[in-house]
Amino acid sequence: MSFFERLRIGRRGTAYTAKQRLQTVLVHDRSGLSPGRLEALKVDMIDTLSRHVEIDRGSVQLSLTKERNQQRLVADIPLASRRSRRRTT
Amino acid sequence: MSAKIITITSGKGGVGKTTATANLGASLADLGYRVVCIDADIGLRNLDVVMGLENRIVYDLVDVVEGHCKLRQAMIRDKHLNDLFLIPAAQTRDKTAVSPQDMVRISDELRQECDWILIDSPAGIERGFRNALAPADVVLVITNPEVSAVRDADRIIGLIEAEEKGPGKLILNRVKPEMVRRGDMLATEDILDVLAIDLIGVIPEDETILISTNRGMAASLDSKSIAGKAYRNIARRLNGEEVPFETLQGRDGFFGRISRLVRAGGVR
Ligand SMILES: Nc1ncnc2c1ncn2[C@@H]1O[C@H](COP(=O)(O)OP(=O)(O)O)[C@@H](O)[C@H]1O
Ligand SMILES: [Mg+2]
Repeated sequence: MSFFERLRIGRRGTAYTAKQRLQTVLVHDRSGLSPGRLEALKVDMIDTLSRHVEIDRGSVQLSLTKERNQQRLVADIPLASRRSRRRTT
Repeated sequence: MSAKIITITSGKGGVGKTTATANLGASLADLGYRVVCIDADIGLRNLDVVMGLENRIVYDLVDVVEGHCKLRQAMIRDKHLNDLFLIPAAQTRDKTAVSPQDMVRISDELRQECDWILIDSPAGIERGFRNALAPADVVLVITNPEVSAVRDADRIIGLIEAEEKGPGKLILNRVKPEMVRRGDMLATEDILDVLAIDLIGVIPEDETILISTNRGMAASLDSKSIAGKAYRNIARRLNGEEVPFETLQGRDGFFGRISRLVRAGGVR
């Protein structure tokens, strides 16, 4: 982040923070998946996937996003391969 | 006559539903329509005091539902406007005294009596809200520019969609232009970005709301009230008029920008 960007964000005021927080909380509210439930889902997913393929457990990312009116659960699951690291979505 | 039924709801309490109902009721009656406001907040009635009619109550909504009186007998005529009426909520009962089907039946009967029926919903997402929603043709969701109120509005918007009463229209209430200008209050654009709903009006924070509530007369009947003017404009938009979104004077005319963002859409 450049010096000027930082300056601009610094001046944004608390409304900016409010909007960011709202967007996050609404994504969870709308999906019915709280941050805690999402974490539990991640652990279950990792366990299931691990039965089939060796994955890099610590680097798995599971997030809720919103595109237009479509809510999406996006998983990024790095495989723990000795030779190469492939990422699948 | 076949009235249009407007339900005013919010999720969160205290954001301005009752005030909005009284002001829109007076504004529509002032436009020459026959209007009946129904207080659906059983056990916590307030629309009567906001409209200044608390001393005239004989029968209430539950009396109508239980057949203790005729619908007409429970309609209290406003002191200022001949064609404005209130059906008060019962104060000593609870929400279970009325069912959504009761509300639909009463509203259907009332439809022939007037041009507009406004229903003041209680807070929450329980029975009282379901009662207020059941007969609605159009739902107005009111919120304040504040995280918790907007979050609850989103929940309500979801429930309205689920009941196939959507899409609702949004009233953003208690905006302080000066705070928005310095970036410390969510702007109308921010809220419209986050919520899946069209705007029908923005009401500024305004002392005249409290003053007129003290008197029991709607601010929209006070030509000097800015909030009252904003409510009159919402009434005209409900009535299908294209009314530009007002420029509530922030120091740099911030609210002027809203007018380009949203288009008025009437429901009549
Ligand atoms: N635009 C406004 N400016 C100032 N005060 C307001 C405004 N709108 C509502 N209020 C005040 O907010 C309080 C809650 O309003 P009310 O209509 O009773 O909310 P609700 O019916 O949603 O619980 C009241 O004291 C009312 O006078
Ligand atoms: Mg109320």
